[in-house]
Amino acid sequence: MSLQKPVMRNLLGKRLRFHLPIAFALSIVAAAAFKYGVTEPRKQAYADFYKQYDAVKEFDAMREAGIFESVRPSGE
Amino acid sequence: MLSSRALVCALRRGVWRPLSTASCVQQAARGQDMSADVLDCTVPQYVCRLDTPLPDVPFVTNLTPDQQLLKEREQGDWSQLTKEEKLALYRLSHQLSYPEMRQGSLEWKTVLGGVFFLLGFSGLLVWWQRVYVYGDVPHTLSSDWVEKQTQRMIDMRVNPVHGFSVNWDYENKCWK
Repeated sequence: MSLQKPVMRNLLGKRLRFHLPIAFALSIVAAAAFKYGVTEPRKQAYADFYKQYDAVKEFDAMREAGIFESVRPSGE
Repeated sequence: MLSSRALVCALRRGVWRPLSTASCVQQAARGQDMSADVLDCTVPQYVCRLDTPLPDVPFVTNLTPDQQLLKEREQGDWSQLTKEEKLALYRLSHQLSYPEMRQGSLEWKTVLGGVFFLLGFSGLLVWWQRVYVYGDVPHTLSSDWVEKQTQRMIDMRVNPVHGFSVNWDYENKCWK
């Protein structure tokens, strides 16, 4: 019995033609998922926080708590 | 100085030989031939490797007379040989067949078991070290200090968007 001649050519090309589009597609999906799952909600959360932020009120509250060294609470 | 001279003279006079436990010295003392288990690397070797289908030398080189007869018959027509003879010729030139080379062993169980056992033993050593070697933990990790530290972090509004202070209810002065 004689064996069939094994495939000798085009091995890398075939592999690349199959795997490269999948690799690119998955990478783009991963990047998009991270952008819309993590960074956009994060940016929105910060925007919402600072929309209603009263800096002076916060500063006074922190001052009364006594954490600053340059301004002491109003009682002292 | 004199003692080292005496030591060197004694060594030269062969005091070392009966004391040494090295197997080669013991074998030489018994007058045995050392060449049996020593690999002669100056001649081609037989190797059993998946990537070397045709090794440099056959596996069996010292043929019995029966095997020599078989080898001579190999020079002739192969269809005259029976299946057992062909297998015998294969085993003369190769130690293992490809499936035999490829088969794995159950060694991984021993390896994994040994790894886990040693990890456990290391854990015991680390525990002993924690109890008997290490000194006291810094005072900044005491519960009193951590309480004051947490209060200060809340007052400073640490991470008010996503992190720490967002979980504190400033109206009711408690965790949300």
